[in-house]
Amino acid sequence: MIMIKKVHLMAMVLVVAVSCIAADRALGAQWAGVDETVIEKYAEEAGRSPRDPFINTDQGDLLLFVFLLAGSVGGFIGGYYFRILFHEKNNIAAANNP
Amino acid sequence: MKGKYNPISLAAFLSLILYGVPAGAMHISEGILPAKWAGLWIILSVPFLFMGVRELKIRSAGSPHYKALVGLVGAAVFIISCMPIPVPIAGSCSHPCGTGIAAIIIGPWVTVVISSVALLLQALFLAHGGLSTLGADIFSMGVAGAFVGYGVFKLAKRMGVPAVIAAFLAGISSDWGTYTVTSLELSTALGTSSEWLNMFSVILISFMPTQIPLGIFEGFLAAGAYKFIHSRRPELLKPFNDKAIVGGAQ
Repeated sequence: MIMIKKVHLMAMVLVVAVSCIAADRALGAQWAGVDETVIEKYAEEAGRSPRDPFINTDQGDLLLFVFLLAGSVGGFIGGYYFRILFHEKNNIAAANNP
Repeated sequence: MKGKYNPISLAAFLSLILYGVPAGAMHISEGILPAKWAGLWIILSVPFLFMGVRELKIRSAGSPHYKALVGLVGAAVFIISCMPIPVPIAGSCSHPCGTGIAAIIIGPWVTVVISSVALLLQALFLAHGGLSTLGADIFSMGVAGAFVGYGVFKLAKRMGVPAVIAAFLAGISSDWGTYTVTSLELSTALGTSSEWLNMFSVILISFMPTQIPLGIFEGFLAAGAYKFIHSRRPELLKPFNDKAIVGGAQ
């Protein structure tokens, strides 16, 4: 059982590493989002340039922080309800039906 | 029954998000849509929002676990829709929508509501989308994504397709449906009356290198989520449309 878990872990690390390397070497692209490569491209051709957001967090590392915060909060909320739906209910059911 | 996880799938998922950078996708940035078009999409989205809030109240009153399910799905849609995934064959990033599987679990009407909340937060704090384009983004991701995905799921099940495969198809179609509507929104607003159709085709084709593989990924995401919930709490997937505002059989 312990060996199987180690194999799984090694496989996970290998897939992560290969995928990252492949992404790095693929096409030499800038990895821009399609909102820049498609939406804003055609908008600017039509004379409609995007404006700055109402609250412009796209400054330095501020946006990274906000994304991290959003992910953390979203993950916490998701995890909280996941526990309620998939863990606590099972424990209650198991306690009621020994 | 204890849930099982696929470590290969988890590793592939981690590898994708590790290389993600804050970037947008079908979200139309602030100021791109002219005011009358921005207003039009808000007007078209409002009835769906109204119906979604109403459906949420009815479902929450009738089912004890529904609010928790909406909370979970809402958080998932928020994270998924701002999670940029690099697509090596395209050299660009985009994000799944999550509205297909959301519509299967909590219904398409409530999916519009949670999508709206997610899009509003992203427009306000994540420089992702815009307030003036919120109506258009809600209509493409919340309305089109939810109803196309849900419709494909129901149709596939009626045709005898296994539920997991139907969820896979729903995930794909909701993603592609979202970007098709985004293409329509841009072409109608930015193109002339004689050229909008041509512009629609050009924009849609431009999305394809990124969205075709990403849509397939979202299909696997939807199928995996459906299978997981079905194996752990199948009652959560119990037909909710027995009390739905719009009828329909399971």
